[in-house]
Amino acid sequence: MKLKGSEIIMECLLREGVDVMFGYPGGAILPTYDAMAKYDDRIHHVLVRHEQGASHMADGYARATGKVGVCIATSGPGATNLVTGLATAMMDSSAMVAITGQVPIPAIGSDAFQETDVTGVTLPITKHNYLVTDVNELAYTMKEAFHIARTGRPGPVLVDVPKDVQNAEIEFVYPEADIVLPGYHPPSAARTHEIDGALRLIAEAERPIILAGHGITMSGAMNELRELSERAQIPVALTLLGKGAMPEDHPLVIGMMGMHGEASSNLAIQEADLLIALGMRFDDRVTGNLKTYAVNARKIHVDIDRSELNKNVKADVGIAGDLKTVLTQLLPKLQQKSHPDWIRQIRDWLEDSSERDILNYETPGRLLTAQVINDIWRLTGGDAITVTDVGQHQMLEAQYYPHQRPATLLTSGGLGTMGFGFPAAIGAKFGKPDEEIWAIVGDGGFQMTLCELATAKQENINVNIAIINNNFLGMVRQWQELFFEKRYQATPMVNPDFCKLADAYDIPNRLVTRREEIEDAVQFARGIDGPTLIEFVVEKEEMVYPMVPAGADLHDMKRRPKPGEL
Amino acid sequence: MAEAKSENKVTVVALVENEPGVLNRIASMFRRRAFNIDSLTVGRTHRPHISRMTIRVVAGPEYAMKIAANLQKLVNVIDVRVLDNEPHIERDLALIKVRNDDADSRNTITEICDRYPARIVDVGPEVAIIEMVGTETILEQFIEEVRPTGIVEMIRTGVVSMGRGTRIHDTTFINRRQLLEAVEKARGGNGRIV
Repeated sequence: MKLKGSEIIMECLLREGVDVMFGYPGGAILPTYDAMAKYDDRIHHVLVRHEQGASHMADGYARATGKVGVCIATSGPGATNLVTGLATAMMDSSAMVAITGQVPIPAIGSDAFQETDVTGVTLPITKHNYLVTDVNELAYTMKEAFHIARTGRPGPVLVDVPKDVQNAEIEFVYPEADIVLPGYHPPSAARTHEIDGALRLIAEAERPIILAGHGITMSGAMNELRELSERAQIPVALTLLGKGAMPEDHPLVIGMMGMHGEASSNLAIQEADLLIALGMRFDDRVTGNLKTYAVNARKIHVDIDRSELNKNVKADVGIAGDLKTVLTQLLPKLQQKSHPDWIRQIRDWLEDSSERDILNYETPGRLLTAQVINDIWRLTGGDAITVTDVGQHQMLEAQYYPHQRPATLLTSGGLGTMGFGFPAAIGAKFGKPDEEIWAIVGDGGFQMTLCELATAKQENINVNIAIINNNFLGMVRQWQELFFEKRYQATPMVNPDFCKLADAYDIPNRLVTRREEIEDAVQFARGIDGPTLIEFVVEKEEMVYPMVPAGADLHDMKRRPKPGEL
Repeated sequence: MAEAKSENKVTVVALVENEPGVLNRIASMFRRRAFNIDSLTVGRTHRPHISRMTIRVVAGPEYAMKIAANLQKLVNVIDVRVLDNEPHIERDLALIKVRNDDADSRNTITEICDRYPARIVDVGPEVAIIEMVGTETILEQFIEEVRPTGIVEMIRTGVVSMGRGTRIHDTTFINRRQLLEAVEKARGGNGRIV
């Protein structure tokens, strides 16, 4: 069968099981858009309003489903607009394939119209990338791109296809053979001595703690984690992206760690004699000052990316491997253990935290973000997929919306990309059409990608948008309050009337200014099959506590204020 | 013999796919991980689809495994080996153009070259070119001896290294080109871009 390069791209997408792609047409990618028509019944194309939106949608789709998300854009500005989304996916190990058009091969290097060296630009923010210069290599390259994106430590892969390669016609033969890459062998199992080393440290530990990260959910090792925790009675602290690795109502789960983590988790880490770090990378937002981080603890570190071992924290036992495989090797030899004193100690810290909890405060006449988020949790039965933006609302979501299942909190952790939440929620809904999706966003981040309201309307996609509006760039303002003597430089925002904005897009909406109105508005949104928007006007100068200031010792937390101090 | 070198350098050897852009990927990794390259050499091996690099990085020995792991992470990097802790041969080559316009300098240069693995490869009325091959340390000693005579121009290749003994740092695999040829065959020949 003779096919054009553009059709080969579509054929390859079909064979990878792609059912939706997010993109924006333009000159250099037009041949592929033309070929799309023939495949419209099998691969749905979502027309975004800005390519950044396409990249976050593909990312959100990938995070929600565990499949590879696909976005497509034209050369030059189309491709450079993907950059933020690629970097976001890279930092959070999200499997994505981006396809970009490129000027025809003879024009490459001539500063042609809409020419950018996209493989050069995206080199440090993709797991791998390709410039396809021969249509004969196209199918194989596409297959390789998906293989690299989804295996090992997942990540974004970009395939740049010149226009003449899309137009060239060849006899199409799909490369059925498995991908052979001489330099790419993601680790899988641990060596016996590594497993034995880990078991010995676990057996010797009196105050062990598990640090569960994104790797648990990506590897599908939730059951193994739970068994490890229960059998050896080891409490589990979660990273932001590790939320959902174990149900948060489990008695051994002690909450999020790090800068805005629970005081009990951070104290437990500092007091522990063994850290079992599973699929997390000791980010600076998790460790605080490395010199004083868990100094009394030995460390077991399991990660699929060998370069993460000993990067920030030296491991006594470092295992490069797939978590499900490694834990499956370890569990049969794991002895039952109990640490009643240790567990009791952590429980005391926990109670101290919840006493100070904002939800127990009387706050007549004021609407607090934590209350909004906790009410959304209550009204959705704690079972929605929430997709957040970045900032105070993101941290408060992590604190006040407990997650029971993996991949139900989608958030930009590593890169901290404002503007991620809303488009990623749209992508997630395409991947999980039967799930209830809430985009919880701040007024600042939402305005970075709000053009996708038109996309949501055009697709009539059932995403509920909760805008937490404090007319401030809240987290930056918090830092200014704490560390810059309240000089609120460039953080107050004059915002549009978000409800009128929704009206303009013909999107049903509500305004909420008092706590009593939350339930009605949330139920209103849940009852509508299509996009909805709720603007929550919250306290202007709210703070997120606990907080470990950047670079401070992890135990040196600013605690939640006691009732009355608020 | 494990040859002497300064403490704060790490030497790694990498086998990489001989594909466009691979050098850029490697240089980019070193830059973004804030490793400082002291010298980098690259050339084809006896397998034309594999190139071999010797990379000297200004870093303490504690960084050796970090550097190796980050290199290995690149898709086009086939194999990486840190050479610092094992017996290996290293060579650096320099071409040094020196003043040669009086009998004194001519004599001095000839005398110095006799004591080193160096030879004069070009002689003119005013300048001569010396080719000197050796370890980095010996090369630097040599340069310091020649310097007073008057160095006009100099170029060095950077260090190339190879582990000694029978542990072979090489690999065979079906490369991309061969795979594509198989696909091509199945397709019945032709079909290049016109």
